[in-house]
Amino acid sequence: MIVAKRKPFDEIMDLIKDHKKVLVVGCGTCVAVCLAGGEKEVAVLATELDMARKLKNNPLELESATLERQCDREYLAQLDNRVGEFDALISLACGVGIQFLAERFPNKPVYPGVDTCGLAVNQDVGWYEERCRSCGRCVLGMTGGICPVTMCAKGLYNGPCGGTNKGNCEISADQPCAWNAIYDRLKAQGRLDCILELTLPQEWKDTTPRTLIQPGYKKPEKAKA
Amino acid sequence: MRLSYPSNVKIILVPCTGKVDVVHMLKAIQKGADGVYCVGCLEGACHYNEGNLRCRERVNHVRSLLQEIGLESERVRMYNLSSGEAPTFVAYAKEMTENILKLGPNPLKKKAEVKK
Repeated sequence: MIVAKRKPFDEIMDLIKDHKKVLVVGCGTCVAVCLAGGEKEVAVLATELDMARKLKNNPLELESATLERQCDREYLAQLDNRVGEFDALISLACGVGIQFLAERFPNKPVYPGVDTCGLAVNQDVGWYEERCRSCGRCVLGMTGGICPVTMCAKGLYNGPCGGTNKGNCEISADQPCAWNAIYDRLKAQGRLDCILELTLPQEWKDTTPRTLIQPGYKKPEKAKA
Repeated sequence: MRLSYPSNVKIILVPCTGKVDVVHMLKAIQKGADGVYCVGCLEGACHYNEGNLRCRERVNHVRSLLQEIGLESERVRMYNLSSGEAPTFVAYAKEMTENILKLGPNPLKKKAEVKK
């Protein structure tokens, strides 16, 4: 799931300092699950902004809306007749949703209310750990299901660096060494030969903005409005 | 035991303090409440295991949010007691009332009155 964290309040206040009427737009999918940008978080932010601006004697007119998803046109369309009356929009969706909202309403300033932090697993309520950098070329089959791009501080593909220290990474005693973990798991599975396979350098050209069209689906002939 | 506590304290019953959310406390302050305090069971004695601990986390979060907004964090507090401690309940109600009296009224309420 995509995870995000709320931007510092002062930063959001600064972004909208010149506006008088703002719509706070939440997203009901990933950011709602990770407790950063769903309906409840929209209500909290709107309440905070309302109180802070009243205290500064510069009241702000606020409304809120939480869409099912901000990365789908059909849901953004629900706002088509609504955004006209607002000076600006604050989006609590991930970076993808914020951009799609800004693309849908190019004449309105769209501000991010969250910082998107990556693709993470849910360890407990409110506790998320990154597992994937969406590099576009998965090597998990050879690394015992542990991602060296994400879990190794240096993103090394072919074994640990000299900083591996009794199972931990040199950056922190709390950070396990990814390559130590890969070794342990492959050894337990009797697949240590995998570690000898050389992984070629990452094709960094793949990290330019990518478009994914699944097999059996073709690119739309023309972009829908 | 019929003890009296400050009449300005309005009680909202919830099944467990774990039910109290950040947005509930913020909305109360937004609407002009001078303070909000949650009274949960003693730590370690929650019928639902950790409802009162979750509430404590949320109270602390609301306190930091109030500071960001420019309000006193002391307007929101968490207290714990067991259901058999009526005198302690009264003591906490008095303590919270004195705490709020020291801080003065919620400035948001004042602004709402001026608007009228």
